[in-house]
Amino acid sequence: MIRLHNIHKYYGSGEQSLHVLKGIDLHIAEGELVSIMGSSGSGKSTLLNILGLLDVHDEGDYTLAGTPIVRLREKHAARLRNQFIGFVFQSFNLLPFKNALENVALPLYYQGVGRRARNEAAKAYLDMVGLAERANHMPNELSGGQKQRVAIARALVTQPKVILADEPTGALDSTTTDEVMEIIKEVHGRGNTIVIVTHESEIAEQTQRCITLKDGLIVPPTQHSAEAISRAAG
Amino acid sequence: MLIDLEKWQEIGATLKQHKLRTILTAFGVFWGIFMLVILLGVGQGLKNGTNANFGDVTNVIFIWSGGRTQIAHGGLAQGRWITLRSEDVERIKERIPEVAFAGGFNRLGGWGSGQYIVRGDKGGPFSVRGSHPGMAHLHSLEISSGRFINQLDWDERRKIAVVGRGVQHVLFEPWEDPIGQSINISGVNFTVVGTFNSRATGDNAADEEESIYIPNRTLRHTFNQTGWIGNITVIPQPGVHAAVVEEKVKNLLHEHHRVHPDDRGVFAGWNMQNAYDRVQGLFTGIAAFSWVVAVGTIMAGAIGVGNIMLIVVKERTREIGLRKALGSTPAAIVTMIVQESIVITTVAGYTGLVAGVLVLEGLNALVVSAGAGSGVFARPEVDFATSMTAVAVLVFAGFLAALLPATKAARVNPIVALQDE
Repeated sequence: MIRLHNIHKYYGSGEQSLHVLKGIDLHIAEGELVSIMGSSGSGKSTLLNILGLLDVHDEGDYTLAGTPIVRLREKHAARLRNQFIGFVFQSFNLLPFKNALENVALPLYYQGVGRRARNEAAKAYLDMVGLAERANHMPNELSGGQKQRVAIARALVTQPKVILADEPTGALDSTTTDEVMEIIKEVHGRGNTIVIVTHESEIAEQTQRCITLKDGLIVPPTQHSAEAISRAAG
Repeated sequence: MLIDLEKWQEIGATLKQHKLRTILTAFGVFWGIFMLVILLGVGQGLKNGTNANFGDVTNVIFIWSGGRTQIAHGGLAQGRWITLRSEDVERIKERIPEVAFAGGFNRLGGWGSGQYIVRGDKGGPFSVRGSHPGMAHLHSLEISSGRFINQLDWDERRKIAVVGRGVQHVLFEPWEDPIGQSINISGVNFTVVGTFNSRATGDNAADEEESIYIPNRTLRHTFNQTGWIGNITVIPQPGVHAAVVEEKVKNLLHEHHRVHPDDRGVFAGWNMQNAYDRVQGLFTGIAAFSWVVAVGTIMAGAIGVGNIMLIVVKERTREIGLRKALGSTPAAIVTMIVQESIVITTVAGYTGLVAGVLVLEGLNALVVSAGAGSGVFARPEVDFATSMTAVAVLVFAGFLAALLPATKAARVNPIVALQDE
């Protein structure tokens, strides 16, 4: 599903140039639940941005769902993001002046889906995350866990190829963290490919495979995660 | 997608978030259009009022005998008094093709002193003027009943009269129909065939309506004025300037009456077009000034809108970033910001337009209730084309105002916008 080969990323230019990603090779198969860990400055956010088509890599090859990603125009990138990727953010990023249903339906709006079909689909995914009866609540009337569940429904509504979750539990307490992780696992159980960026090892341990980044490179897998890989492959 | 209800609801929702700020911003644009409508409307009112004073024919030329000759010419001594005769009128018609109408006009009594008109035991002093068939518009008359002088009256030298409303009030009871009745002018009976109102404004109207028109031919023959005519009135062909024709007529008269070409005072003349042109120029200037002021105000308002939109974009950076992450194209973001700006300017401007028109209507009602006698002010109004132009200027201003903020919004980097603090 995701295939990265020798990905390099620089910020700035000339003397000030910062080499952030120093040759990433990564393959994530369809239906995998993967976590990316790393301290701040390790390049994990940059990697996520490149995976999410929000940023472009400078060297190397990136293939997403069979589509080679090369120097996309912004409009094209927006369309691919809309079709291929579902985002879940640490701070939820729900639009405050739209209710839960409208927030979930928003990505479909940019696909040109009609209003009725949009709301229908949004309702189904809200139901899936267990918030069907909160459809007409505004975000400020929802708890943190509920907000993140709405955000997950929004990420799912376009039936994307990959779901990218950036610290999805970073703003939640332990109870709601478990709640959200349950949902993520359930979504995974339905065959979705999910990449979670996190710095919490409890979260990483719940995924099939943990990729650790350090100084722009992937740390070779430990025994534990090697086992995980073989499990996933098997 | 054609009628995108959601988009409009969204614009409404975002504008409602900062009601006061939106209203204050919109006020700038509102005031610009309001001022434009008021300025143009009042300008038009002044123009209408002043134009009404000019009457229906704005290029008429009057020629009359102005004084004795000052220069001996062609073997004739100076100090001659030149009398205008009906042959002069015929000659003007024959020789000058640019003349559409030429006629001699006489009147009974001197200027300002009326003739005493009697009907039964009623009577009063009114001016009695000669006129020509079908020339009611020359005097800015509106026939209220009966008819004006016709060709048969002229040919047969009928003794008929068309009386003004003022005359009618004095000589007839309100319930009487003046048509067919007889009035006595200097001992001669005339049959009333029509009554008229004046289209002039102010004192002119009252003056006009105290007049009686009879066929000029009848007047000259009945009251022994066959030897002269009081003035020659000339109307040029369409498209020919009155000043040109006036000059030609005077030259012809100079030649025929053997008056030295430099002896300018002998034939006095006045044409309305010179005065009319000057006044029209003034009003064009007033309208241009109004536009400059109002467009400036609208622009200032639009810049205010642009300013607010910049702040809006700044405030909504995160939202814009999120929309982009979810698949909104830069074009969709630009459209969103531009639409919001255009909505503010259009709604505010249209409100200004309506408010301005309402104030003009109120002003008009005041003018009408004060009586049409104010003279220089009538029917303040803005025409449809002007309103549409104003709306076009508005939408364009809203568009311009949004360009910079929209470009800024389109350039929002979702990575930066979505970064957690």
